[in-house]
Amino acid sequence: MFDKRVALFMGHYGSGKTFCAVNYALALARKGFPVSIYDLDIVNPYFRTVDAYKTLEKAGVELIVSPYAETNVDIPAMNAASYKMVDDKSRRAVLDVGGDERGALALGRFYEKINEENDFDCFLVVNPFRPETRDIAGAIDVKNEIETVSRIKFTGIVNNANLGEETTLEHIFYGKEFCEKLGEKLNIPVKFSAVTGRLCEKAKEKTDKVLPVEPIKYGDWL
Amino acid sequence: MSEKVLMKGNEALAEAAIMAGCKHYFGYPITPQTEVAAYMAKRMPKIGGTFLQAESEIAAINMVIGAASCGVRAMTSSSSPGISLKSEGISYLAGCELPALIVNVQRGGPGLGGIQPSQSDYFQATKGGGHGDYHLIVLAPASVQEMFDMAFKGFNLADKYRVPAMILADGTMGQMMEPVSLDANAIETYDKPWATKGTGNHEGRNVINSLSLSPAQLEEWNVSRYERYAAIERDEVMYEEFMMDDAEICVVAFGIAARVSKNAVVAARKQGLKVGMIRPITLWPFPKEVLNKAADKVKAFLSVELNMGQMVDDVKLATGCKKPVYFYGRTGGVIMSPDEVLSAIQKIEKGEAKQW
Repeated sequence: MFDKRVALFMGHYGSGKTFCAVNYALALARKGFPVSIYDLDIVNPYFRTVDAYKTLEKAGVELIVSPYAETNVDIPAMNAASYKMVDDKSRRAVLDVGGDERGALALGRFYEKINEENDFDCFLVVNPFRPETRDIAGAIDVKNEIETVSRIKFTGIVNNANLGEETTLEHIFYGKEFCEKLGEKLNIPVKFSAVTGRLCEKAKEKTDKVLPVEPIKYGDWL
Repeated sequence: MSEKVLMKGNEALAEAAIMAGCKHYFGYPITPQTEVAAYMAKRMPKIGGTFLQAESEIAAINMVIGAASCGVRAMTSSSSPGISLKSEGISYLAGCELPALIVNVQRGGPGLGGIQPSQSDYFQATKGGGHGDYHLIVLAPASVQEMFDMAFKGFNLADKYRVPAMILADGTMGQMMEPVSLDANAIETYDKPWATKGTGNHEGRNVINSLSLSPAQLEEWNVSRYERYAAIERDEVMYEEFMMDDAEICVVAFGIAARVSKNAVVAARKQGLKVGMIRPITLWPFPKEVLNKAADKVKAFLSVELNMGQMVDDVKLATGCKKPVYFYGRTGGVIMSPDEVLSAIQKIEKGEAKQW
């Protein structure tokens, strides 16, 4: 789950890519890796990695994000320092890619070098409680659309089954089974389940492949 | 497994509109409402509906006029600057007595403003926007579930009274994700004998038009429409009361500001302050009666808004200025925290607040 230098998080719009990428980067930092997280989201105007800036900074994770994220500059921009992800091989790189095939377009600059180095995990983040990936066929469509544009093959599935604060263990285990079925069809292994802190211990009784995740704090009003 | 799904407000609204029978969507992209159009673009072809990205906002609203004239459920969506562009067409919809749904996922203004959430189109939505003697029914959702439910409500009310309805959301409501139950609300259907869909061998023809060559006739149209507006004000007011039973300070807030304020009310209660909230769900018709009754019980009102105080006068009018009305707001795309609202409440309590 942590053995490759580059980790890409891609998936359906709103499947929880930022959420998984931020928590994955934090986990890498806790293990002592020098790690940078790259916000390549050119789709979403709100709720970005930059919301987790303080948490990331405190954990020693370097955040490479468009200087315009969460401002009023509504343009699909990336930070020029993004090249570091392929140029600086001494650091772990976690890539938060925008949703759907439109978001995957941002990889156009990097896919050749990522494939050439061939030291990456490309995670398909799946939340079966999102309406368009509620069935296997829908999830397969999303996977195919993204791969066509990203030109990087998925190497693993991440189960991010959740209903926000209403998430229960049943949701997570349902998601795990869903992802396993999806994995069989696609011949891609399920790498781990993202499980919110309060449910982690219980989840670990049934599966050892758990990434403990904490919600990104957007505001007290949510 | 779960009956609920996790959705963005914009997506939930779009899905609900389709479930409510809308097969004709005309849009134009603008942040932070673009997901409505994107969702429609994906779903409409699958259900045999029409998604059309127009060449401009103005074109889109005029396409809504055309589709609504034929008696079908039609809608458009945009964000603040785009709604300004649509305003002429909205006035024409009102003048033509056409039901339609318009969605405004507000962002900071005026002018091009910014892409962050705002409620500064309150005046535009409730006091006109377009020209002429007209009102829109204005619904203000405060959760993703309400974004879903109000699409049904908006279409139902529009058809019932033959008026355009608006959902006045904001960037946060559009962008945030919450669990939603996708159970279809009731779909009310009304005969539309006025629709331009063929004569059906009856005498005469249907004409959809807002132009009158006779002032007396135009006056008659306006007066008869205002009779329907009176019925809407009587029968369709919606609001939520929160901890109002023994409240001495009444917060008035809608949409995202109401969500923030709810936390502040709970925090104030923990400090022993008797605070409650009235949340207008319909901004027009405005919940005048409940506010007026509250004015007989509470000491003061605090209007909390993501703008420079556009709702304050409506609160004053509704309460007949019986009690002082204070204001706290942020603008330009900044969201207040519950703590800021709490300190505004504390200032009133200590007699330190200035009246608006």
